Amino acid sequence: MSNNDDKLNILVFTCNWCAYAGADLAGVSRLQMPTEFRQIRTMCSARVDPEFILYAFKNGADGVMVAGCHPGDCHYIGGNYRTRRRMALLKLLLQQFGLNPKRFRLEWVSAGEGQKFAQVINEFVNEIKELGPSPYRKKQEVRDAG
Amino acid sequence: MPDKKKITLALKRGASCVGCDIAVVNFSEKLFELIEVADIVFSPTLLDVKYDDLIKMPDKSITIGLYHGAVRNSDNEEFAKIMREKCQILIAYGACAHLGGIPGLANVSNRAKIFETVYKKTFSTDNPEGIYPQTEWTDEKGHKLTLPEFYDEVYALDDVVDVDYYVPACPPTHVMNMQILNLIKGWVEGKLELPPKGSVIAEEKTLCDECPRNPGKGKKIKIDKLRLITEVEPDPEKCFLEQGILCLGPATRAGCGAPCIEANMPCRGCMGPTSRVMDQGGSMLSALASIFGVSENELELSEEDIEKFVSQMKDPLGCFYRFSLPKSLLHRVVQDK
Ligand code: SF4
Ligand code: SF4
Ligand code: SF4
Repeated sequence: MSNNDDKLNILVFTCNWCAYAGADLAGVSRLQMPTEFRQIRTMCSARVDPEFILYAFKNGADGVMVAGCHPGDCHYIGGNYRTRRRMALLKLLLQQFGLNPKRFRLEWVSAGEGQKFAQVINEFVNEIKELGPSPYRKKQEVRDAG
Repeated sequence: MPDKKKITLALKRGASCVGCDIAVVNFSEKLFELIEVADIVFSPTLLDVKYDDLIKMPDKSITIGLYHGAVRNSDNEEFAKIMREKCQILIAYGACAHLGGIPGLANVSNRAKIFETVYKKTFSTDNPEGIYPQTEWTDEKGHKLTLPEFYDEVYALDDVVDVDYYVPACPPTHVMNMQILNLIKGWVEGKLELPPKGSVIAEEKTLCDECPRNPGKGKKIKIDKLRLITEVEPDPEKCFLEQGILCLGPATRAGCGAPCIEANMPCRGCMGPTSRVMDQGGSMLSALASIFGVSENELELSEEDIEKFVSQMKDPLGCFYRFSLPKSLLHRVVQDK
């Protein structure tokens, strides 16, 4: 990830069946979206291990979003029930680590909700822009330097 | 096999509670077996020695050095480096040297806040001028006094020097010490090879894998309430998590002999994570979240409801990283906007 202060590192995990398709729809519908985020597709939102998110923040992420199917719509029936419990607990943990709660977000986006995807991504990127680089970027530099 | 019949051993403490020195004494009568193959040449707790004695020893003249305690100040770091120079094999002994341990929990704070609490705000402190420890001070006659520098965060041993082996736990248990004793004896006698550099001298499995209370593979645990160990009388045979009591077994390395479980106390994770995960806290978080039961009215629950439900877990950071915060992915708490 970039260590350049002007460039933000925003990571969005999308599940294959809903959120990714929603993002795709937002794209083909030519909805206005910022370019400052990078997307990682997983088969299910439950594949997003909390360790991945901690790892992302360690490596300079300024914001991380996890997007999956709405409760009740999971392709694997209950994957997102696990996701929502994990992510809720992770949210508490990240706050204890001192991160602004806005840097981490969980969203439900269906395959037909291109509009919603564009809206939440716009909102999220703007919020992260307001917050600026994550404090973990500087901490990491100090540590790497010895 | 070492080049001599008898090896030498040194023990040095950093930011340590000295419990690890006592753990060595806990070799009990087996200590004599250790002394048969190893001369203890330096140990401020066990022998009448001075730091200068260690400094004067030739480089690499000590076969094995055990360093216990975390690295909290410049003195700890300086002696970690001296130990590295003097010892052929350097072992991080105990949770503090391995992962930062209990002193590593200070990484929820920083130097400025700690100084303010300790030297200003505590009830018994009278310090109207706000004098904080200085690393150097010279009196009117020109005598210079120095103090080590207190670091802004706590480090584990391998953050400051190269480490050959790790012996986890707070402190290493008798079972583990016997394993080290057999390894050292076998090596000195030419019967055993040392493990690969960087090894953690313990198991690769999780504590649950070895726990007699494990409800068995495939059996799903589901809880809807977390209970504090101080509030309930735990069933002496049932898995703690199944009883709704936080137990770090799923995220903790086996090898301690599970003395806590035996004493009907849940595991707090002092052995640290296994090598298969990056972060003990992240691993425990997943384990705990997956046993928070899915309710019948799941579809009616909002994310706020779920957040309220999981907030039964008080202080996840302190409980999940009790012994490993400096070696967690994020190392320490930061301040954000
Ligand atoms: S590992 Fe435990 S017993 Fe050893 S020095 Fe640290 S706190 Fe003390
Ligand atoms: S959670 Fe604790 S009590 Fe249950 S099996 Fe694992 S180590 Fe044993
Ligand atoms: S049971 Fe847990 S807390 Fe107790 S010694 Fe083993 S790892 Fe440490």
